[in-house]
Amino acid sequence: MMRFLSQYGSQIATLTLEHLWLTGAAMLLAAAIAIPAGVWLTRSPRWAGPVIGIANVLQTIPSLAMFGFLLPLPWLGERAARIAIAALTAYALLPILRNTYAGIRGIEPAVIEAAEAIGLTRRQRLFKVELPLAASFILAGLRTATVTCVGIATIAAAVGAGGLGELIFRGVASIDNRLVLAGAVPAALLALAADGVLGLLERWLRVPA
Amino acid sequence: MERVAVPAAIEFRNVSYALSNGRTILHGISLAVEEGSVMALLGRSGSGKTTLLRTVNRMIAPTGGQVLVGGADVLAGDAATLRRGIGYVIQEAGLFPHCTVERNVGMVLEAQGRPRAERDARCRELLAAVGLEPDAFRTRYPHQLSGGQRQRVGLARALAADPPILLMDEPFGALDPLTRAEMQDMLRGLLAKLRKTVLLVTHDLDEALYLADTIALMHEGRLVAELGPEEFLGSEQPEVVAYVKAFHRGEKSGGDRNGGERRAEAQP
Repeated sequence: MMRFLSQYGSQIATLTLEHLWLTGAAMLLAAAIAIPAGVWLTRSPRWAGPVIGIANVLQTIPSLAMFGFLLPLPWLGERAARIAIAALTAYALLPILRNTYAGIRGIEPAVIEAAEAIGLTRRQRLFKVELPLAASFILAGLRTATVTCVGIATIAAAVGAGGLGELIFRGVASIDNRLVLAGAVPAALLALAADGVLGLLERWLRVPA
Repeated sequence: MERVAVPAAIEFRNVSYALSNGRTILHGISLAVEEGSVMALLGRSGSGKTTLLRTVNRMIAPTGGQVLVGGADVLAGDAATLRRGIGYVIQEAGLFPHCTVERNVGMVLEAQGRPRAERDARCRELLAAVGLEPDAFRTRYPHQLSGGQRQRVGLARALAADPPILLMDEPFGALDPLTRAEMQDMLRGLLAKLRKTVLLVTHDLDEALYLADTIALMHEGRLVAELGPEEFLGSEQPEVVAYVKAFHRGEKSGGDRNGGERRAEAQP
């Protein structure tokens, strides 16, 4: 065990950082797309069905297939990491989008009415009332997305994007369970840590009723 | 008595409102609320009184006619600017649950970009005016307040930018009778000092008699009477009689328990 760790330790650390980078970049991108999109859907609710539907379909694509689909796209360039980040972003969209939409739509009508009636502009209403009140919902979506993507990111190794999946794939190929675990255990710990930290943040943002 | 030709603070000119399904909620209502006076819009649920109220701050745009505030059509300018000059109090208070009492009260000023110190000072002044100890309530959140306290904060928020007009939509409708009476007393005292133009929607006849200079009775989207409190009680118009009768059923000695007593005190 000790020998194994001393042999693979630094590699596990590097791959964990790579894993974090893939997931983190995808989360930021997904949030940058899905939160504004969710807000826009609350302004044009007739689009909510179709748009959330598309995000839903994206999520049902098996992850291995998704990485495969994205491989030939020229604008993703040659860097495998970009492909992985694009795929992970696609998976993260739905939970964030849905929670942003539901979080804002779920605000008590009297509160929205008051915000309009006291003369807040649309922008002020969004930033001073709607987003703060929906924040814990949005964060819950972000948390679901993060935990899912930490898992899915292990598949990124299949397209050569690195991350902890590399150890898992190598272990499977060489029938070495220690290598599989060396990838799987840190990935699971990452997911748990992300869940814990974002969960705390979510509780802190929750508005008492 | 001399009459000065000031434009009424709020004027409804033949205002009607129809839903897209063809149902008509308001049928050509013409009504004027004089500056500094309190008008109660009285009527049963569904009579259109709230709809009429909401045309004033453009929460609803009438499908016919015109609403004038200070002589200008409300649809002419910018909605947010119009609304900042009109206080609005609703039944559920509609306080922002994520903001302290202080920030709730100061929100209109915050939206106008006024400095923090000015907002805080104004908030203290207003909390005291609506009967809440500023230091005890400033930092509380809405969920830490009782229903009556929330309405007081809602009223303070509506008054924050010192608007000349106050719209109140059944502000005390959800409160128990004792709390409601306290609120009515507080409001009457406050209005006597501030001289706001007030449009108050209520279905409570006593409240209308106690607070209003004029009572406008609405029935099925039409204005059926516009009378002073005294005349309202004495009117022989069938809709008015029906409303008064419906309200004083519990009184054995005939109709003057609250309305009369308070009214006597109301008219100096």
